[in-house]
Amino acid sequence: MTDTWIVTIVADGRELRVAPGTSVAAALLGAGITTVRRSVTGEPRGPLCGMGVCFECRVTIDDVPYQRACLVTAKNGLRVTTAQQDAS
Amino acid sequence: MSAGVADIVADVVVVGAGPGGIAAATRAAESGRRTVVLDEGAEMGGNIWRHRAGDGVPTQARKWMARFARSGAMVLNGASVVDARATSGGDGFLVTAERASLACRVHGRALVLATGSRERFIPFPGWTLPGVHGVGGAQALLKAGLSFAGKRVVIAGTGPLLLPVAATLAGAGARVVLVAEQAPARAVVGFAVGLLTRPESLLQGARYRAGFFGTPYRTGLWVSEARGTERLEAVTVTDGRTTREIVCDVLCAAHGLIPNVELPRLLQCEVANGAVVVDNHQQTSRPGVYCAGEATGIGGAELAIVEGELAGLSAAGSATDVELLRHRLRPLRRMAARMEHAFAPRAELRDIVTPDTIVCRCEDVRLRSIESGWNARQAKLYTRAGMGPCQGRVCGASLEFLFGWHADTVRLPSEPALLSTILAGTADESADSLHQGA
Amino acid sequence: MTIATRSDAIVIGAGIVGAACARALAREGLRVLVLDAGFAAGGTTAAGMGHLVAMDDSAEQLALTAHSLSLWQSLRHSLPASVEYDACGTIWVAEDGEQLEAVAEKRRVYEEHAIASEVLDARRLYALEPNLRSGLAGGLLVPADSVIYPPRAALALLADAQTHGAVLREQCRVDDIVDHGVRIGGETLHANVIVNAAGAESGRLTPELPIVPRKGHLAITDRHPGFCRHQLVELGYLASAHVLSTESVAFNVQPRATGQVLIGSSRELVGWDAATNRGVLGQMLERAVEFMPMLARMSIVRTWTGFRAATPDKLPLIGRWLPIQGLYVATGHEGLGITTSLGTASLLADLVLGRTPVLDAAAYSPMRVLAAPAAAR
Ligand SMILES: Cc1cc2nc3c(=O)[nH]c(=O)nc-3n(C[C@H](O)[C@H](O)[C@H](O)COP(=O)(O)OP(=O)(O)OC[C@H]3O[C@@H](n4cnc5c(N)ncnc54)[C@H](O)[C@@H]3O)c2cc1C
Ligand SMILES: Cc1cc2nc3c(=O)[nH]c(=O)nc-3n(C[C@H](O)[C@H](O)[C@H](O)COP(=O)(O)OP(=O)(O)OC[C@H]3O[C@@H](n4cnc5c(N)ncnc54)[C@H](O)[C@@H]3O)c2cc1C
Ligand code: FES
Ligand code: FES
Repeated sequence: MTDTWIVTIVADGRELRVAPGTSVAAALLGAGITTVRRSVTGEPRGPLCGMGVCFECRVTIDDVPYQRACLVTAKNGLRVTTAQQDAS
Repeated sequence: MSAGVADIVADVVVVGAGPGGIAAATRAAESGRRTVVLDEGAEMGGNIWRHRAGDGVPTQARKWMARFARSGAMVLNGASVVDARATSGGDGFLVTAERASLACRVHGRALVLATGSRERFIPFPGWTLPGVHGVGGAQALLKAGLSFAGKRVVIAGTGPLLLPVAATLAGAGARVVLVAEQAPARAVVGFAVGLLTRPESLLQGARYRAGFFGTPYRTGLWVSEARGTERLEAVTVTDGRTTREIVCDVLCAAHGLIPNVELPRLLQCEVANGAVVVDNHQQTSRPGVYCAGEATGIGGAELAIVEGELAGLSAAGSATDVELLRHRLRPLRRMAARMEHAFAPRAELRDIVTPDTIVCRCEDVRLRSIESGWNARQAKLYTRAGMGPCQGRVCGASLEFLFGWHADTVRLPSEPALLSTILAGTADESADSLHQGA
Repeated sequence: MTIATRSDAIVIGAGIVGAACARALAREGLRVLVLDAGFAAGGTTAAGMGHLVAMDDSAEQLALTAHSLSLWQSLRHSLPASVEYDACGTIWVAEDGEQLEAVAEKRRVYEEHAIASEVLDARRLYALEPNLRSGLAGGLLVPADSVIYPPRAALALLADAQTHGAVLREQCRVDDIVDHGVRIGGETLHANVIVNAAGAESGRLTPELPIVPRKGHLAITDRHPGFCRHQLVELGYLASAHVLSTESVAFNVQPRATGQVLIGSSRELVGWDAATNRGVLGQMLERAVEFMPMLARMSIVRTWTGFRAATPDKLPLIGRWLPIQGLYVATGHEGLGITTSLGTASLLADLVLGRTPVLDAAAYSPMRVLAAPAAAR
C-alpha cells in the first residue's frame, strides 16, 4: 500500500501525521500518547478493547467531550484533547 | 420533526455489520426486502472482518462483502444503536442510533440483532495500566492503524484467539515474547483433537503457529500482575507454583468472548446463560426480533454467517435454503460447545485479585469495597460498580467470574447517547409519520 | 428460619424510612429487628433523587420537611463521605414576572418556618447558574437545602442502628402483620412494637392504607462538573406534584457529587409497571432542555424508574394504627421520603415512647384515613 497521502490531526496542540483510515485511538498510541484519559481517581488509562465497549479511550474531539477514540477515524484538522481528568 | 433527525423506513433492520449481520442483510435484501444495516464501527466487517481501507481482506469476507454490495442493502456506519422498541402502532420496530452526534431513526417490520461479542476481562493487579489491551483489542488497534513494530508483546489469557493474534502481531513486526494460555495442556490438546473432525481449522492453527515460530507458547500459565507507573513496564506470570517477570511494552490479555446482549435485553428478548435464546428460525422470544451470530453464543464467524443467513431469510419471510442452512449449523454448534469447555477460566484467577485491584474501571471501584454476600445490584447501588459509561460491559463479566453474580438489568439507552438522540427516539414513531427513505 | 433474638420492635422495610426509624428506636435502647424482602435500600430509596428540600405544598408538609432538614443538618458531620452530602441549596426558577411575584410569597412562607431564602433577580440567577436559558425572570434560592446519595444514606443510618444493637435481616418478606407480631412463612415473630415502613408496598401489608404507587422517571448524564451548582426546580413543580390524577413532568435537575447531572422528574399512575414510558421520559427530557438547552448535547448514561408511595392528601402516614395492637406505620412519603425520613423517625420514636412530639402528630396520623376514607382533595 502506498501512503501517498497523509492525514494530519492535532492532539493536545501537537500535529500527528497518520495513514488514512487510522482511528484516533491508534493515532494517539502510535504517537506515544498512551494515557488518553484520567480515571475518576486520577489514574492513567488507555484503550483496552479497541472496539467501543470499554469507554477507556474517551477523549474530547473537536470540543465534544467523551468521544470514543477507537470509533472515530482520523480526518484532517481533527482536534483531540486527551487525559482530561474526570471529576471524582 | 426536529432538525437533524434522519428517518429511514425499511422492511428489515439489521444491527451489527459483522459476518452475521452482513449475511443476514444480504439474504434479506436478496429476498427483495428493503434492508438497512447499522454498525457502530467506522468500517463494515465487525471484529473479524473489519479492515483498513486498502489492506488485505480475507477471501470469505471479500466474497460476502461483494455479495452484500450487490444485494441492495444499505449500510450506515458509525451509527451506535442506543434504543430499539416496538412502535406504538404495532407495525414494527423503531431503532434509534447516534451518528456523528446526530440522531438517526430507522423503522423496520422485522429486526435482526447481530450485535456479536466482546472480550471477557478478568481483573488482575495492574490491568488498568495503559499498554494493557485486550487480545482482540490489540488486533483491532492494529487493524485501525497502530504499529506494533519492535514492541515487546506478551499475549495472555485464554481461548482460540491467542494464537491468531500472536501470529498477526508477529507478522506486523512485534516481538511476541510469550503466549500464555491459562488452560491446562490437556484441555487445549483435547480441543485440538476435537478439531480433527474439522481439518481446515487445524490447518489454520498450524499456520498461526508457524507465523511466530520461535515464540514460546505455554499452557497452564497466566499473568498475576502487570507493573508500571504511568504505563506498562513488566508483567509477572505464574503457573501457580513459580513466578517469572517479563519486561514488555504491551500486554494483550483477555479470557475469551462473551455475547453482547444489551440491546436484546433492552427489547426484553429472553437471555439464558448470557446468550440470546433463539428458535430454529433464529427468532428470539419476541416475535419479529431475530438474533444471529455470537449474541446467541460464542461460535466463530462461520457459525455467525449461517445463523445470519437463516435470520435474514426468516426476517424476510423466505423459506429458501432454510433446511440446508440448518443442516450446516449442527457441526458448527458442536465445535462451539467444545471450545467453551476447553478454555474455561481456572479458579486460581480469583486468587490473584488483591483488595486493591480495581474491578470496575469506569468508576474505580476496588475489590475491597465489595462484599461477597451481595448481588450485582447491591454492588452497583452501594459502590457504583457498573454505573459507569460502559454500564457494566466490562465489570459485569469480572464480577460474574469473581462472585458468580449475574449482570444487572439493561435500561435505555443501551449505550450512552446524547440527550437529543434519546429524545428523538421517544418521539411519535408510527411508520406513516416517517417519510419513505431506503 | 431462625431469628432467635428477642426484639422490642420489628421494623418492616430497610429503605431510608425504615432505616431512620430503626436508628431512632435503637438509640432509645429498644432491641430492634429490621426485615427487608429484598436488600437494604433496594426499593424506592435506590431510585430517588436525594434532594433534601423544604417543601411548602401545605403547612404540615413544610413543618415536617423543615424539621427534617434541621435534623439532617445536625447529623451531617457524622455521616460518612459515601453519603455525598452536598449543601448546594435549591433554586426555584421563575419563568416570568407572574411566577417571580409568587416567589415573594414563597419566601414569606419559608421565613415563618425559619427557613432562610433569597429572592434572585434575573442577573443574580444567571450569575449563579449561567447554563439556564435566557429570558427567565429570576428565582428563589434556599441555601440550606442539600443533596445526598440516598442508598448510602440509608446504609449509614442502618449502620448506626446496628451499632446500637439493631439487627438487619434481608431476603425476608413479611406476609402479614398481626397483633404485636409479623408472619413470615409459617412463623410468627413477636415484638411489642411493629413498624410498617414498607414504602410503596406498605398497603399490601395494611390494606386500609390508601397508598398508590406513583411512578417517576429519572435520567443521569455523564460527568460534567460545574454544569449546574444548585438543585434547580421550576416553580411549577409543586403544581405538578400536587395533582394526583394526571401524568405530569417538571424541570428538576440536580448536580451529583460525581459531576453528573441527574434529570427529573415525572409522575404517572400506572400501577406497578416499571418499564420506561418513552412518551413521558421524552416530555421530561424536553422540559429539562427548555430550561437548560445545553443538556441536549450532553450524554445520558442511564434512565430508570421508581415508585413513590402516594397518599390522597399528599401527606405521609406516621403513627399508631389502632386496628392492630402494637402496629405503627411510617409510609406514604411520596416524593419526599429521603428528606422526611429523619423527621418521620423522630416523630415515631416520640409516639412509641409516649413523649410529646415536636410536630403536631395528629396531622400525620394514619388514623385520618379511617375518619375520611380515601378522601381525595
Ligand atoms: C442518586 C442516584 C444516582 C445514580 N447514578 C447512577 C449512575 O451514575 N449510573 C447508573 O447506571 N445508575 C445510576 N443510578 C441508578 C441505579 O443504579 C439504578 O439504576 C436505580 O436505582 C434503579 O434502577 P432500575 O430501575 O434500572 O432497576 P434495576 O436496579 O436495574 O432493577 C430494579 C428492578 O426493575 C426492573 N426493571 C428494570 N428495567 C426494566 C424495564 N426496562 N422494564 C421493566 N422492568 C424493569 C427489574 O426487573 C428489577 O427487578 C443512580 C441512582 C441514584 C438514586
Ligand atoms: C423518581 C423519584 C424521585 C424522588 N426524589 C426525591 C427527592 O429528591 N427527595 C426526597 O426526599 N424524596 C424523593 N423521592 C421519594 C423517596 O425516594 C421515597 O419517598 C423514599 O425512598 C421512601 O423510602 P421508604 O423507606 O419508605 O421506601 P423504600 O425505599 O421503598 O423501602 C421500603 C422497603 O420495604 C421493603 N418491603 C416491602 N414490602 C415488604 C415486606 N412485605 N416484607 C419485608 N420488606 C418489605 C422493600 O423491599 C423496600 O426495601 C423520589 C422518588 C422517586 C420515585
Ligand atoms: S478502546 Fe474500548 S471503547 Fe475505545
Ligand atoms: S467497568 Fe464498571 S461500569 Fe464500566
